[in-house]
Amino acid sequence: MSWFKRENNPEKKAQKPEKGQRKVKTEGLWLKCEGCKEIIWKKDLEDSHNVCPKCGSHFRIDAVARLQLLLDGPYQQFDTDLASADPLEFVDQRSYRERLATAQEATSLADALISAAGTLEGRKVQICAMEPKFIGGSMGGVMGEKITRAIERSITTRQPLIIISASGGARMQEGAISLMQLAKISSALMHLDEARVPYISVLTDPTTGGVTASLAMLGDLNIAEPGALIGFAGPRVIEQTIRQKLPEGFQRSEFLLKHGMLDAIVPRLQLKSYISQALTFFSGPVQ
Amino acid sequence: MDPETPEQTPPEPPNLAWQRVLLARHPKRPHTLDYIERLITDFHEIHGDRLFADDAAIVCGIGFFESRPVMLVGEQKGRDTKDKLHRNFGMPKPEGYRKAIRVMQIAAKFGRPVITFLDTPGAYPGIDAEERGQAEAIARNLREMARLEIPVISICIGEGGSGGALALGVGNQVFMMENSVYSVISPESCAAIIWRDSAKAEQAAAALRLTAEDLLHLGLIDGVIPEPPGGAQENTDAAAELVRKKIRDSLEELGRLSGAELVEQRYKKFRRMGNFFTTHAGRTLVAGD
Repeated sequence: MSWFKRENNPEKKAQKPEKGQRKVKTEGLWLKCEGCKEIIWKKDLEDSHNVCPKCGSHFRIDAVARLQLLLDGPYQQFDTDLASADPLEFVDQRSYRERLATAQEATSLADALISAAGTLEGRKVQICAMEPKFIGGSMGGVMGEKITRAIERSITTRQPLIIISASGGARMQEGAISLMQLAKISSALMHLDEARVPYISVLTDPTTGGVTASLAMLGDLNIAEPGALIGFAGPRVIEQTIRQKLPEGFQRSEFLLKHGMLDAIVPRLQLKSYISQALTFFSGPVQ
Repeated sequence: MDPETPEQTPPEPPNLAWQRVLLARHPKRPHTLDYIERLITDFHEIHGDRLFADDAAIVCGIGFFESRPVMLVGEQKGRDTKDKLHRNFGMPKPEGYRKAIRVMQIAAKFGRPVITFLDTPGAYPGIDAEERGQAEAIARNLREMARLEIPVISICIGEGGSGGALALGVGNQVFMMENSVYSVISPESCAAIIWRDSAKAEQAAAALRLTAEDLLHLGLIDGVIPEPPGGAQENTDAAAELVRKKIRDSLEELGRLSGAELVEQRYKKFRRMGNFFTTHAGRTLVAGD
């Protein structure tokens, strides 16, 4: 190996700005991939739906980008202004109301989930996508209600259900209300199961806690993006319990696949066609 | 309550929530087997999930409640050190939850009611539990309990530790003992995450609204079972009699419903939980915004 490496990526060269202006211009244009530690051009990353063009690492994406990735075009949203009334009047260092307001401001959403209906390769589907930037994608009463309504719409319309999870779990600031959403959603999924309407659960980075221990593990198919953190207890909690370092790759998609907890790992760019084919298997070709 | 005016609040009242947490974890507090011993005749434990192991943190068995055949399922903490280790401190692993749903389905097959006792710090957070699908086991129980065409009565007797307790708690009627707690997260973990200081557990306990009155007030449980003066640990026999009365009334009431009605009643009850909404001003969602 040589001591010095010549940069010979023509695209990068072309982008190289004039000396002196360099710092200013590159600000926000380049990113370091956590997977391969390579420097990547932000636009390349955006073009590939936030998958590293060099090593295939999957960066997190927001709920809107999710729907754009999976749906054919415009979609109808439901329950867009359903927001939490803070029934516990929860206050820690900041009040829950304040945290909600900040998250609403930052994400332009009323809570951590978009519920929509649209078409996926021509097939009408009900789809929910969690927003990880909204209080960690945590699930409280609003998310529970929106998902339950989506399940009920799936039952009435017989349109397949797709839920894309990206959540740290139940939302602490709503206490036992958040906890009961696990039972509420799972009970509704029992009815969906009885109605034999397909449900595909997509687990993305991160899917942990109460979301994993309810809807995320209850799909007819549970599929995950590569390298996603998926588990019940968070890695730090487990480390504290067993007082040991966790093995490399523990609770990543590949680990779950190996232990029989997932049907498949599907790279982001193939998700849409994978889901479309699975739905054709379940429900037949698009009418 | 106005969050803007904290300086006007009177001197802090005693932290009742934290006292309840301590009582719920009291070393002498009656556990599942203490109630089974007093309430059930001809009890026979049934073991194993048929897949991997028998989890001692969950006790299942058949027996008779006032001469009615019932299936019992309960989380069991240990009493002395050896017993605690054997019971894994009442923290079930996936095989425990799989055993629980297996026996509940047997009960449903033969039309026998199920009584569950919730008492766990939480589902076990360990490498082996994750490898065997702790989340999947809990999720499956939630969905499959919803399908049971028999009366299911769930009683939180001590610590209702989040999903680990709820996995036995999708009941037609859910009760909490007066000094039990039921929470989405332990006060210690909540304090560690939000306050970044696990010593703030007492504050977290109050903020989480985890007492029986709190859950009743929020519409998350169906009733509170009183305890003898000072708490159930002061008089286990008397506590068991109070539990007996509630189970008797509940079996009587649920016995009038058909299988399909029981499924419907259970679903409607959980379906309503947590509907405390406000309308977000729509600021975000107006076209062109």
